[in-house]
Amino acid sequence: MAELEAVIGLEVHAQLLTRSKMFCGCRAEYMGLPPNSNTCPTCLGLPGALPVINGRAVEMTIRTALALGCRIPEFSKFDRKNYFYPDLPKGYQISQYDLPLSLGGHLEFEVDGERRSCGITRVHLEEDAGTLHHAGEIHTAKFSLVDLNRAGVPLMEIVGEPDLRSPSEAPQYLRALRQLLLHLGVNDGNMEQGSLRCDANISLRPRGRRELGVKVEVKNMNSFRSVEAALECEVRRQTAVIESGETVRQETRGWSEVEQSTVSQRSKEEAQDYRYFPEPDLPPLRVSRELVERLRASLPEPPLRLRDRLRDRHQLGEEQAALITERPQDVAYFEAMVAAGAPPRAAANWQLGPLQALCKEAKLGLEHSPIPPAELAELVRMVDAGEVSGTSGREVLAEAFAEARSPVDLIKERGLTQVSDAAQMEEWVGAAIRQLPKAASDFQAGNDRALGPLVGAVRKASGGVANPDLASRLLRERLGRGGG
Amino acid sequence: MSLLDLSISELGRRLRAREFSSVELTQEALGRAGALDGNLGAFLRTTQELALEQARAADRRLVEEADAPALCGIPIGHKDVLCTRGVETTAGSRILEGYRPPYDATVVARLARDGAVVVGKMNCDEFAMGSSNENSAFQTTVNPWDAERVPGGSSGGSAAAVAARLAVATLGTDTGGSVRLPASFCGVVGVKPSYGRVSRYGVIAFASSLDQVGPLAKTVEDAQLVLSSIAGPDARDSTTSPAPVGDLSRALHEGVRGLRLGIPREYREAGLEGGVRAVFESACRWLEAEGAELVEVSLPSTEYALAAYYVIAPAEVSSNLARMDGIRFGPGEPAAPSLLEAYELARNRGFGPEVRRRVALGTFVLSSGYYDAYYLRAQKVRTLVAQDFSRVFERVDALISPTAPTPAFRLGERTQDPLAMYATDALTLPANLAGISGLSVPVGFSSGLPVGLQVLGPYLGEAVCLKVGAAVERAADVWHRVPAGFDG
Repeated sequence: MAELEAVIGLEVHAQLLTRSKMFCGCRAEYMGLPPNSNTCPTCLGLPGALPVINGRAVEMTIRTALALGCRIPEFSKFDRKNYFYPDLPKGYQISQYDLPLSLGGHLEFEVDGERRSCGITRVHLEEDAGTLHHAGEIHTAKFSLVDLNRAGVPLMEIVGEPDLRSPSEAPQYLRALRQLLLHLGVNDGNMEQGSLRCDANISLRPRGRRELGVKVEVKNMNSFRSVEAALECEVRRQTAVIESGETVRQETRGWSEVEQSTVSQRSKEEAQDYRYFPEPDLPPLRVSRELVERLRASLPEPPLRLRDRLRDRHQLGEEQAALITERPQDVAYFEAMVAAGAPPRAAANWQLGPLQALCKEAKLGLEHSPIPPAELAELVRMVDAGEVSGTSGREVLAEAFAEARSPVDLIKERGLTQVSDAAQMEEWVGAAIRQLPKAASDFQAGNDRALGPLVGAVRKASGGVANPDLASRLLRERLGRGGG
Repeated sequence: MSLLDLSISELGRRLRAREFSSVELTQEALGRAGALDGNLGAFLRTTQELALEQARAADRRLVEEADAPALCGIPIGHKDVLCTRGVETTAGSRILEGYRPPYDATVVARLARDGAVVVGKMNCDEFAMGSSNENSAFQTTVNPWDAERVPGGSSGGSAAAVAARLAVATLGTDTGGSVRLPASFCGVVGVKPSYGRVSRYGVIAFASSLDQVGPLAKTVEDAQLVLSSIAGPDARDSTTSPAPVGDLSRALHEGVRGLRLGIPREYREAGLEGGVRAVFESACRWLEAEGAELVEVSLPSTEYALAAYYVIAPAEVSSNLARMDGIRFGPGEPAAPSLLEAYELARNRGFGPEVRRRVALGTFVLSSGYYDAYYLRAQKVRTLVAQDFSRVFERVDALISPTAPTPAFRLGERTQDPLAMYATDALTLPANLAGISGLSVPVGFSSGLPVGLQVLGPYLGEAVCLKVGAAVERAADVWHRVPAGFDG
């Protein structure tokens, strides 16, 4: 039997970071509010209430589409997608069917340093549903409670072409898309909380064949890792089905994190007929060319290009540049440090190393770090110039972070500024040699390991402020091993 | 003679002259409703407490504000599809029994802003689906001119209450003729504004692309006063026109001299009952005598309009009514073995047969595989109907026809034959498909039953409709006639 090839397309739903919901004035930020408190007649779907289009959501969708290289037709409209479910208060979702806001783009991403491109079918706009809280497990629960705080939150759907050929490409595609959305400032990129969601369509076919196999839709994946795992699981399952001589059933399957496998949810025969028709409560949308050009002009630098630019300008490592450009806030922090005079490579190391670790532990984004970039920049500069030791610098940073104080102030307060003054250093070096004559003679005799205690003695004699690099150089010179 | 026989402007003069207060006027309306509505069935509920509170506030305004609005202190009624905050609003359906909306429809809020006093919620066909008011889940409204006959629908309660002088004016909704038809059957004025002229926010939807709120009143002037209060752009309804409404009162006295009025040949051929034809002919002669030029015109797509309407309207119904699923609206069915069965039980119990029929029809025409043959084709017909009108309005200022082919028919006469019932709206529903303006004004009687003249104007052409309506109303001179039994 010919080798099988996977054909994968991803559908991503991204909640937009607007202030208000898609069709009413309620807040789009709904997390943590008492159930059903963030509602009004429109998002409750009360009889008689009407939707009004959120212009910001339209703009965010067009910006995203433009960043993906999509066409923006002049004429677009909303449609009703009809189905019954308790989390859908009107019995239909306002979405876009045949005339979406945008069509035909592509997303660039990398797999193991190799550039790939995936077609984007369309980017359109719709509204989110509410949430259900089951009293127990869904099939056995005595009752379920409906919370409509989320109902009507703007949801942008980015439909990808079936251009991916292996499960491992999926998380890379998603990372690149998430990064783009973050740089556009339209979505918070949080898959765990569901503000960014991914469904996948996957089919298998013999390599070399053009026709597509029977497609299965996979849902319920809430991390990059689970998307990949679910797709790998589907490849194994569908391969087994095909190799046993049967045909794959067209169906919708859900990923179960607990069982680490996909579970059938709905067959093709049970698929809903959504009875799309134009939403009569909303006039068609005419998107002026002026608006499109204004939005195009507002686009940020493409993340991959930004990454390369930062890498080249500041001689950053490949990985460093990639990590720094994941979020625009991180780029801003880095650039502010460099602007404040920090040497770029060292700045990147400190940002991605100690600062990121502290922020992660405190569950903060860098932009909310209590250490402003200019202060970290000064610390980095001091360490780089040998005025403070790296160890002291890291300790001070942790303390300054915890107490929300200036690290430079802490250094001054504690007299931690490294001393590199030659005469003073010579004095401490002499004292160290006198104190540890055995180590001095061992080192003179060629035992390199004896240098450590001597440097330690210099530091001790200095009360911790002697520049260790300078100390070891002076020790080498004094003990006749300079230049070695 | 009752105070409710007086026009709004006359009532306004006397309220301001302190001949009586709004509280007294309101009490008279409520008293008449209490005494006379038992057999008529126009009110689903009166709102005595709210009415008297609003009347007291209106009386204060009439004292304090020299330029209080024309409607200040005037008792009105709202069709029960209009959401009224804290007041039960059922749309004539079991499934909404007991539902008290937490908000006011824009039209309700605007009339309240202008000091109108709400005396009650008017009976109607369930979710405004019907032409006779026989589809109300709660009661049958009868025609005040003949209790054996229907008041017309779906705003039958609104029309009957005005004809019987239980309210000075009322609001109705017109999706295929639901204001104009009952206005014609009950002998009152009813206006169907252009689509988008009046906000639909808070109007429980029947067919969103066709629904429009309009006033029912004794005179064209009264109707204009109510229309001027409710019309105009609304930020909450994106389908409202941004065009300013302008001063519609000027049209009332301009007369029809120099106007070209078209008579659609297809409407004339629509099987008009003899008495209706005779009344229509005399209305034509009066208008000619007033200086209008009458010409015959053709609206060739008319014969397809009814069919297109009964695809588009049910399609929208099937979606609009999906929210009535027994979970938040209607009696819940917690004992149902599955979610699907809970929906089915709640909707079967909550909806009447006509609503179920239209939901089924609408679901069918939108189904995959049938969409193109039904919904899409109906939308094309709709475009043709609209083009018919725009073409004709290049040549004429307005169109005139009878509002309905017959006067009010007997209760039960058409309930067994949905198609005969649907045909009642043949002359009115093309205007809804096209989104143009129209009204019905009483111009005479056939065998003791009122006959209305329909005037259709272009999109946002309310002024010309009012102009023609006011002129023919003066010539007909029948508006002050009160049905027997309600004239005391």
